[in-house]
Parts: sequence; C-alpha cells; structure tokens
Amino acid sequence: MGDYTVMKIGIVVFPGSNCDRDTYESLTQQLGAQAIYLWHKNHDLQDCEAIILPGGFSYGDYLRCGAIAHLAPIMQEVISFAKKGGPVLGICNGFQILTESQLLPGVLLPNAELKFICDQIWVRIENDQTPFTKQIKQGSTLKMPIAHRDGNYFIQAEELKRIEGEGQVVFRYCNQEGQSSEKDNPNGSLNQIAGVCNIKRNVVGLMPHPERACEKLLGSDEGKQLFESLLG
Amino acid sequence: MTAQDLKQVAQEHGLSNEEFQKILEILDRDPNLLELGIFSVMWSEHCSYKSSKIHLKTLPTEGPQVIQGPGENAGVVDIGDGWAIAFKMESHNHPSFIEPFQGAATGVGGILRDVFTMGARPIANLNSLRFGEVKHPKTSYLVNGVVEGIAFYGNCMGIPTVGGECFFDASFNGNILVNAMTVGLVAKDKIFKGLAEGVGNPVIYVGSKTGRDGIHGATMASDEFDDSSEEKRPTVQVGDPFTEKLLLEACLELMQEDYLVGIQDMGAAGLTSSSFEMASRSGSGIEMNLSAVPMRETGMTPYEIMLSESQERMLMVAKKGYEEKVLEIFKKWDLDAVVVGQVTDDGWMRLKWEGETVAELPIAPLVDAAPEYDRPCKEPENLLSNWEMNVDQLNFSSDYSTVLKDLIGSPNLSRRRWIYRQYDHMIMTNTVVMPGSDAAVLRLKELKQGIAVTSDCNSRYCYLDPYLGAQHAVAEASLNLACSGAKALALTDCLNFGNPEKPEIMWQFREAVKGMGEACRQLEIPVVSGNVSLYNETKGDAIFPTPTVGMVGLITDIQNYGSTAFKQSGDAIFLLGEAEAQLDASEYLAWVQKKTCGRPPQLDLAMLASINNFLLKAWENQLIRSSHDISEGGLAIALSECCLLSLEQKLGAHIIFEENTDIQSITKILFGEATPRVLVSCAPQDISSLQELARAQGIPITRLGSVIEENLKIDPWIDLPVAELFNIWDAGFEKHLKSK
Repeated sequence: MGDYTVMKIGIVVFPGSNCDRDTYESLTQQLGAQAIYLWHKNHDLQDCEAIILPGGFSYGDYLRCGAIAHLAPIMQEVISFAKKGGPVLGICNGFQILTESQLLPGVLLPNAELKFICDQIWVRIENDQTPFTKQIKQGSTLKMPIAHRDGNYFIQAEELKRIEGEGQVVFRYCNQEGQSSEKDNPNGSLNQIAGVCNIKRNVVGLMPHPERACEKLLGSDEGKQLFESLLG
Repeated sequence: MTAQDLKQVAQEHGLSNEEFQKILEILDRDPNLLELGIFSVMWSEHCSYKSSKIHLKTLPTEGPQVIQGPGENAGVVDIGDGWAIAFKMESHNHPSFIEPFQGAATGVGGILRDVFTMGARPIANLNSLRFGEVKHPKTSYLVNGVVEGIAFYGNCMGIPTVGGECFFDASFNGNILVNAMTVGLVAKDKIFKGLAEGVGNPVIYVGSKTGRDGIHGATMASDEFDDSSEEKRPTVQVGDPFTEKLLLEACLELMQEDYLVGIQDMGAAGLTSSSFEMASRSGSGIEMNLSAVPMRETGMTPYEIMLSESQERMLMVAKKGYEEKVLEIFKKWDLDAVVVGQVTDDGWMRLKWEGETVAELPIAPLVDAAPEYDRPCKEPENLLSNWEMNVDQLNFSSDYSTVLKDLIGSPNLSRRRWIYRQYDHMIMTNTVVMPGSDAAVLRLKELKQGIAVTSDCNSRYCYLDPYLGAQHAVAEASLNLACSGAKALALTDCLNFGNPEKPEIMWQFREAVKGMGEACRQLEIPVVSGNVSLYNETKGDAIFPTPTVGMVGLITDIQNYGSTAFKQSGDAIFLLGEAEAQLDASEYLAWVQKKTCGRPPQLDLAMLASINNFLLKAWENQLIRSSHDISEGGLAIALSECCLLSLEQKLGAHIIFEENTDIQSITKILFGEATPRVLVSCAPQDISSLQELARAQGIPITRLGSVIEENLKIDPWIDLPVAELFNIWDAGFEKHLKSK
C-alpha cells in the first residue's frame, strides 16, 4: 500500500449534490486520502490531481439529469483537466454530468421500470486499464449499492459496437458469481453496462456507488478498490 | 362588512359562534378579514390542538435523557458524548389522499424542516402508511403516488428512508394515513429553538418565495371529507426538495456561527403560526412588513401572504448587527433571504402593508386563549359485541402450509421491498440494518454508539380496544428496538383519529392516550414530540384509530447491534416469554377468515420490560445471533421471517411440537398472537449461558428447535422449502397491488 496522502482529490459540490460528504468521508476516513471540496461557482481546481463528481440531484435535476450541472463554471476547468489526461470519476449523477459534458459516450435514460431503485448489486470489471480499476483483476466482481432513477445506459447501435470494441465498457451488472445476463440488469441498460470510460481511459463514470461500499459494517467494502487503484 | 356578514365569514373560516364571540372579546372591536383569517388558522384543530390538549397533558414527557420535550419543533434526547438525537413524526393524511404524490412529498419536506430547525442534521426518515383494502379502485393509485412522493423528496434531499410500516384495511378506503418521521443528529451545545427574543433584533424570511398554494391547508386538515374533497386539490402544496436541500445546507452552515437567536419552520399556517409561536414562546412581540416578503405571484394580498402554506420557507430572528452576515450565507446558496421585521417587547403582532398597519393582534390572548375543549366521550355501542368471537362459525383448514403461504404473501405480511427499493436507504453511509428487519440500525460516524429506529401501531388492535391497542404500539416499538440491541430512549406519537366532535371517536382518543401514557410510564419511555390528526373521516366513516409510535433507541456499542435474520445452520432456536397465543383480533382472523373481531391480547408490561432488558444483555454479551418479536401473523410468520431475511443464505428452521389433533388449537399455536414473545437464536456453545441468563432474570425460555438449511419444518404440520416461501413473500405486495 502506497502513501495515500500524496494525491489531492477534489470533490465537486454542485447545489443538490448529496453524496459529496459520503465520498469525502470514505476517502479521508476509510482510505486515509487527502480530499477537498470544490465549489461549483469557482474556476480553481486548487492543484487537485484527480477529480470526483459525486452523486446527487444537481440543480434539482428537474430537467434532464446533469443537463444544467455541465454548464457550471467549475465544469469548464474539469473538462480541460480531463482533456489533458487528468483522472476524473463520475459517480451516479456525476456519471450523468460526464455524459452531458460529452466526456463520456452515451446517455442515461430513466430506469426501464420508471422507478427509483436502491439496491445492492454486483458488477464485473471489464477493463483494468483505467486509473480507477488498475488494481482490480479483470473479470472479478464487486458488490456495491445503486440508487438512481435514471441509470438506463443507452447509446446508438454502431456506437455501442464501437465502445465495446474499444474496451470502453468498464463495469457490467452481473450476478454474485460474475455471470452477466439480462436477469441481473436492474435498470434496462444496454449490454448490462454499469459504467464506461473515454478512449484515453482517464475519465470513468459509473452508476453504482463505490463510496458507499467502503466498510464491511455497511454490507460491503469492495468499492474501496476503485479508490485504492487511483491512490496506489 | 355588516355584523351579519362578518359572522358569516367567520363561519366560512370554520370558526364556531362561541369562538367568534371570544375574538370580539379579545379585540374589543370587529376583526378585519386578515385578522379573522389569522384567528381561524391559529384556532384550527390542526394548529391549536383544541380537542386533544386536555388529554395530551397526561402523557409522561420527562426523563434524565430528555433535553427537549413537546412544544418545540422536535423532541431531543441525549445519547452521550456531547451528542443528541432530535426527532418527530407528523401526519400529512388529508393532502395525501387528495394528491398522493405532492401530499406525501411535502409531508416529508415539513418534518425534515422541523428537525433541521433544531440545528440537527437529518440522518434518517421513516414513514408509517395506512391504505384502504388492496382491491379498492383507488388503493393502487394512492400507494404508487405516496411512495413515489416520499421517494422524490427524501432521495433528492439525500436523507435515507430506513424504515416504516404499511398496513391495508377497508377502514382506510376514504382516508389514508401518511405519517412521516425524521431523525436528526445534533451537538448538544448547538440546539436551536423557535424563539423571538431581544427587542430590535431583525426578523428574517428565508427560502422559497410565497405563492398562493396551500392557503387554508390547516383548515382543510381540520374537517371531514365529502364528495367535494377532490376539489380541495389546490390547497395541497407543491414540493421542491432541491430548494429544501439548499435551505438545509445554508441553515446548518449558519448555525455553525453565532448569529442566530431563534428559527422556526413555516409549516401549517405558514407565516402566521411561525411568527405567533416564536413571539409567544419568548413573550415578545413582532412587527412585520408584509410588502417585503418575497412573492411568487403578483397581486397577492396580506391575507394570502399570511395564510399561504408555500413550502421550503423558514422564519428566523438574528442578532442585531449580523443581518448582512446572515444574508451572505443564503446568497451563497442562491436563496431568498430578506429582513421582514423586528422583535418588539409589547406582546403585539403588527403587520404592515405598503406603509399601512393592516393587522394588530395581541399575541398571548390569541395563543393562550385558544379554545380548549373537553369534548364528551362515549364508549362505542359495538365495542363489547366486537369482542365476541363465534369460533364455531369459522372454517379452519388443516392444510397449514397453504395457510402459511396465503398469509406470508398477503398485503399486510408480504415483503415491503417494492416500497423501500424506491427509497434511497443507504445514502449518508450509516445504514447498518436495512429496511425489513424489526428496526433499522444506524451507526453514528466517529461515535461508538449507534441508534435503532422504528415505527409501530396495530390499527386493528386499536379499533377493537384503543387502550390496549395503544399499549401494544408502545410495547412493540420498544421490543423491536430491544431486538436490535437498543434501549428505548423516547418516542414521538402521531395520533390519527376520526371526528372528535363524535363522542365515540373522542372516547377512542381518550382511551388510546390513557393506554399510551400508562405503557410509557411503566416502560419509562417519555413522549418528547408528536402530532394529532383528527377528522380522518369520509362521509361519516372513521378510520381505525391509529396512534402511531415512532421510537428511537440507543445501542451503546454499534458492534453489538441486533438483527432479525437467522445467521447459521445448527444454531439453537428459543422462545422467550410464555404469553398464550390467541386468534382474537389477529391478522389470521382478518385475512384468512375476513373477520375483524375479538379482544386484542392482554399485555404484561412488567414481563415485557424484563424481556427488553434481557435482550439488551444478550446482545451486549453477544450470546445471541438473531432476535425477532412475534407479532402479526404469530409464531409461524415470525419463524418464516427469520428464515426469509437470511436472503441468499436461504436458511430454514426445524421446530417440533407435540402431536395434536384439534385443528383450531394448532391454528392458534401457529398463527395466534400474544405479546411479549420473542424468537432468538444462538450458537450451540452459548446455549447454557443463555439459559442461565434467562433464569437469572426470570424470563421464561423454551427450546423450540434449530436453524437448518433450505426448509422450514414445523413438525408435524408444516414442511416447505424456504425458496418457495421466499418467492411468495417477495412477490406478494406487488401482486396484490396489481390485481384488480
């Protein structure tokens, strides 16, 4: 285990973000990492070496999820940081913001059953070449919670083929044993996709909440591996 | 206005002739329309508790752990190490029936504000729901709307909804119950109250702009429903959880500073009740300029501004000279915040509009002289006949497996996952025991302690015997907490009844409060907050009386929390308690035999207190691996739940009873109800220590059998694969909701 205090991680706070504190606490208390909050109205990333867009309902998400957040002042900086290759992770609403910003391919539609779903699920690691999965064995499974109303991953057929071919699918919903079929798909996502990355692999988005899976007391500590990959 | 016109207007505002005369006496002149409106909402049943006050006074409210009892926005109890828990439950029944989504959503919004005005960060929501029978044409629509509304608000706020209950019965066909509870964590030295002190201190309005929504909502909630109730939809407010989330963060940020004197949520009766209550508590006066209030619509009148129930608003009093500092924080969060007035010392409320004084009312007489009624009570005529059970007329089936499957998949006993899956129950990363167990368990970050929370009430018991039924509600809540390894600290009550002007309803109310008080005294659990919802009637038909209990308990070391599910094959299963099961008033009788009759089981509160203590010791010493109280559906259902909640483990149980040929008495053993009874399981090596502890504490303990793999076997009557039972239990709720 490396020195986790070396890297400074910025957690963006939009009005309506509500997983910012969970992410901060998991990083600092469960991993001993160094994290700070970045306010949406600011332009300064304060020398952070990785950025996390947390879950929540940015600006209420009364419009399409993430549609307003991607226009926030701080996002201009996050976008140029990402384009320079800086590691960016979008969790849940953060994932939606990253697709709205076109840093990640595809869109997140309302869940197939048109209801909010909160549950424990499993995902299989499909790509271990991203900053957030590089220490996780490809094909292994992680138990993490999901909690969203719009997590139904969609992308045009030819684009789907392309991102699958390029290895841009990072997480896929599966059962406890790691088999992925429509049966284990909570929200109707194409190909059971739970998370993707960009071509350069430095930007990753996923619907499950790794920050909620950092302690056995709460049901799983397997989400920790994403942050350990980043810090290690 | 002529005297006759004025009287007419007063009547239309729901004021009785007697109340109108009292207003004339207090003012010594005629009130204007605005003043009349203010009197009418302040003296509505909803705000004044005029029918219930005389009984509520009898409830015990004190204890060494109580920091704040009833009368504030929420009750507060001490959990040690400088921390406290603020909590309260509140009804939003009438609006939720008229517009289920927004009614339930704003119910959650209101109770959240009650808790964070105290300075507490909300950490959990619960809700207690009552709907009509599943087959009723409106039920499915109402369940969907209410659950989605609660999810919409709570999820967006980022507060986990961790528990609650949902019960169906035909008595709720015309009036559903939506009782929402919030639990918050607060530092003991940072508790805020609704005070308006210090002459010249600024009165500040913050949050959403005021619109015309919800005018007379409190008055609507103080009346019965009839055919025109649907037309009252405009009195239901619209919720904006995003604004409330900003309000929450801004208020908590402000409370870290030393700028505030007092703060209060604008809930029912909006700006009227918040300003009057704050001034009344401090014995001060307030002068407000209504022209300064942020308005959503043009052309609003002072009357509309004072009576609006627009959501997501707060009234606060700051220290003079710190106005700018306060406004700056709200500006950061893009919220409206305006100085609208100041505190005075003459005990009057003065309202100005465009420079003119438009209302001038003495605060103390208006609040303190609010009517208080000792309404007549009369025992219902059918009470005793309802207790009769003609067992001979019932058909008992000897196919016990089929009866068990029927019950475990029934609307009232099936798995509630369809509901709680729509609630974010894991956000804030504190949820240790998820919804579905006896109580939800939360850890508290950086503290060794944890808490358990639950809400309970058997409405059918309360209908058949309000005194005993209310005792059962307190008893079951405390037992649920003990089964989670938690000692009950205090409770909040939400008293839902019919029209108090009917002596039979008032009798139900009086008896329920009496029963609740008695149970609280014997179990040493004070009542620290609560709410009364009356007039839950449609066209003369009242609901089952439902005094819902929300209870919070302390787990001294979170590592020793308890839960319902069996943990390991080979563990021994024991029964604690020896109360005799009966079919009277049971869920079996209601669902299988379609009968609501019989007297609820008698309750030995002393034995219950001993069992609670025993469970705490057993969990603290890690002598047991599961505990579950036997309630609705009896032993067979409780055993099934211990198996079913082991989820992927699919653990079963093997219990052996003596041969018996009497179908009725076997049915009683399997599905009969009695309290207190608890199922516990323990590792084989702990059997003797457990039995010893039980003997030492005088707790009757009986070995029933063992935890096994895969099957639930209650020899010689039931043998079912747990997987089969699981599917019926898991699918039951949605199946009933969708069947027409």
